[in-house]
Amino acid sequence: MDLAVVVLLQVIAAVASLVLISIGLAVIFGMMHVINLAHGEFIMLGAYAVIYATRWGVNLWVAMLVVAPIVVGLIGIVVERTVIRFLYGRMIDTMLATWGLSLLLIGAATMIFGNVTAGVSAPLGGVTIGEYQTSLYELVIVAIVAAVVLALMAVLRFTQAGLIARATMQNPAMAASLGIDTSKVYAVTFGAGAALSGLAGALISPLSGVVPTMGVAYVAKAFITVISGGAAIITGTLSASTLLGSLNTLATFIATPVIGEVTLLFAAIVLLRILPQGITGKFFRRAL
Amino acid sequence: MSSMLERRKVLKAAVAGAATAATGPWFIKDLYAADEIKIAGIHDASGGLDLLGRPMIDVLTMAVEEANAAGGLLGKQIKLINYDAQSNIQYYTQYATQAATKDKVAVVHAGITSASREAIRPVLKRFNTLYFYNTLYEGGVCDRNCFCTGSTPAQTVEKLIPYAMKKFNGKKIYVLAADYNYGQITSKWVKKYTQDNGGTIAAIDFFPLDVTDFGPTIKKIQAAKPDIIMSVLVGGSHISFYRQWAASGMKKQIPMASTTFGLGNEHVVVSPEEGDGILASYAYFHEVATPANTEFIKRYQKRFGDKAAPLTEVAAMTWHGFQLWAQGVKKAGTVDRMKVIEALESGMMYEGPAGKSTIDPATHHDILDVYIGEAENKKFKLLQSFSQQKPADTAAVCDLKKNPNDNQQYIIDVKV
Repeated sequence: MDLAVVVLLQVIAAVASLVLISIGLAVIFGMMHVINLAHGEFIMLGAYAVIYATRWGVNLWVAMLVVAPIVVGLIGIVVERTVIRFLYGRMIDTMLATWGLSLLLIGAATMIFGNVTAGVSAPLGGVTIGEYQTSLYELVIVAIVAAVVLALMAVLRFTQAGLIARATMQNPAMAASLGIDTSKVYAVTFGAGAALSGLAGALISPLSGVVPTMGVAYVAKAFITVISGGAAIITGTLSASTLLGSLNTLATFIATPVIGEVTLLFAAIVLLRILPQGITGKFFRRAL
Repeated sequence: MSSMLERRKVLKAAVAGAATAATGPWFIKDLYAADEIKIAGIHDASGGLDLLGRPMIDVLTMAVEEANAAGGLLGKQIKLINYDAQSNIQYYTQYATQAATKDKVAVVHAGITSASREAIRPVLKRFNTLYFYNTLYEGGVCDRNCFCTGSTPAQTVEKLIPYAMKKFNGKKIYVLAADYNYGQITSKWVKKYTQDNGGTIAAIDFFPLDVTDFGPTIKKIQAAKPDIIMSVLVGGSHISFYRQWAASGMKKQIPMASTTFGLGNEHVVVSPEEGDGILASYAYFHEVATPANTEFIKRYQKRFGDKAAPLTEVAAMTWHGFQLWAQGVKKAGTVDRMKVIEALESGMMYEGPAGKSTIDPATHHDILDVYIGEAENKKFKLLQSFSQQKPADTAAVCDLKKNPNDNQQYIIDVKV
């Protein structure tokens, strides 16, 4: 019984971690259609923001929840203004540019921070569930991810800013003719996506080693999740994460971590064969 | 227009002049060459393995500098050529070929992972260039052209397992290992020595080098209820296991030993709460308190600053490897490959920071002193030492005295 509870918690934690690493990309790729191959590096920068902020004496929670998103969000706006804005609608060029950006950021991080594994310790310690121990921090991540998803949904659905953003992404020409400064909307939306990626890196940093190349481990999974999710970015990311995260975790429990990864990839391939438009191409079509 | 042409002319003349100055007349270049002995080091100064590679390069550089200050070797100065393989196997073969054919070096000290060693060993064999591999590894290399100065499982794991079982008063061991030849083979040794000591293996899990999420594994471990965790994990991503293990609160409940923890200075990267209490066994620890080592560390810190990374077995054995080679050259009176090999096979011994290292002629491995240490506040506390351990694993399969032309890595068939 305890084991069942613990496995369930682990599945929920895995789903939350997939949502976390994908949600920034869901905004940038799912909503803005920018294939951002530097997504992993935004995560990496978020993690380094936490490392340096805590070294300078900032409280860990402030560093994770405030400093990292702001820093990476600002970097995202700079990137949008200097690179991305010239490339809207040019998919291949965007891929090349963001791939170059990814290499540049890895190189710059290696030069500035050094190619050394850094890290901070996870706060909060463990909780006991029957005979089992689990990390309280993992559960806190689940709560934070839930809050972030709800907040994002609320912003997009109920605020004027969210409406403007959605309208601009759907039909920029019409939005512009109604007097909306679309280029500003693009910059802010890209910055928001980058900030979410920064938050992901920040929350991951206590659990894994922080190195300039750490983003590579996440970028493929994030793309797979967002693409499997389909057009409705939030519902899609949630449903794809739930499916892929559960399969991955269960396979890891039953077999090995390698089989777990294989199961995730295999499930994504089968899914896209059956539903080429992603989950929300078929189900929850009117969702956000 | 005319000024452009002028400038171009001047430029051309300058380039030509520089080229002449750089190459120099051919006869003088050869004269210089005769006065120095060239050796090469190929290690990773960048990329994922730099944590291991940099101290090796530093120590090798220091060894050559000190040897040159003391008058060189056979009356000649030693010229060290350091290549950075950037954690990329392809560069290893490229630089090994370059060192052997273009630089025509007397010896190559190179390689960190077993994969890099197996990439360059055949190259250096083909070009008849002597090769020293100074990293601890899974054992089994049998090649007369190659000397392996690091420790192997029969020297370290054999001691670590019974020690951990006794100290932690447990018999059931759960093994986590990196998913490549080092982890695969070492975990077999762990299984063998566990069973030899009356213990059982709960499970062996392998992890690709880029795995960072150990959550499900930690729950699996709890379900299996082992007495001891044995970590054969390698590299930066796997450090997250130690963090997540401590974060789950399990570190206080199940103790851990490791064949790799601390080798890349993991104990400095993680916090004391995450690292303290983990047992490890190597042929050298920074904290070895012999006068030879204290003095060595002092010179190292003087040369590279007191913030220089703590030294681990790979760096210490690079030092021992160089000194053993230098002694071989002195004894042979030449850098000729075969004569140096024969001199080293006479049971060459060097006593240095890591204690006494003697080359075993039959296997070309090291007979060396082994220590068990416990991580404590970002350092290791030495608990026990074992004098002059023989490379029994490789000796079981390799005898270069009987088969001098043997040339392979035996995958030692561990009976478990």
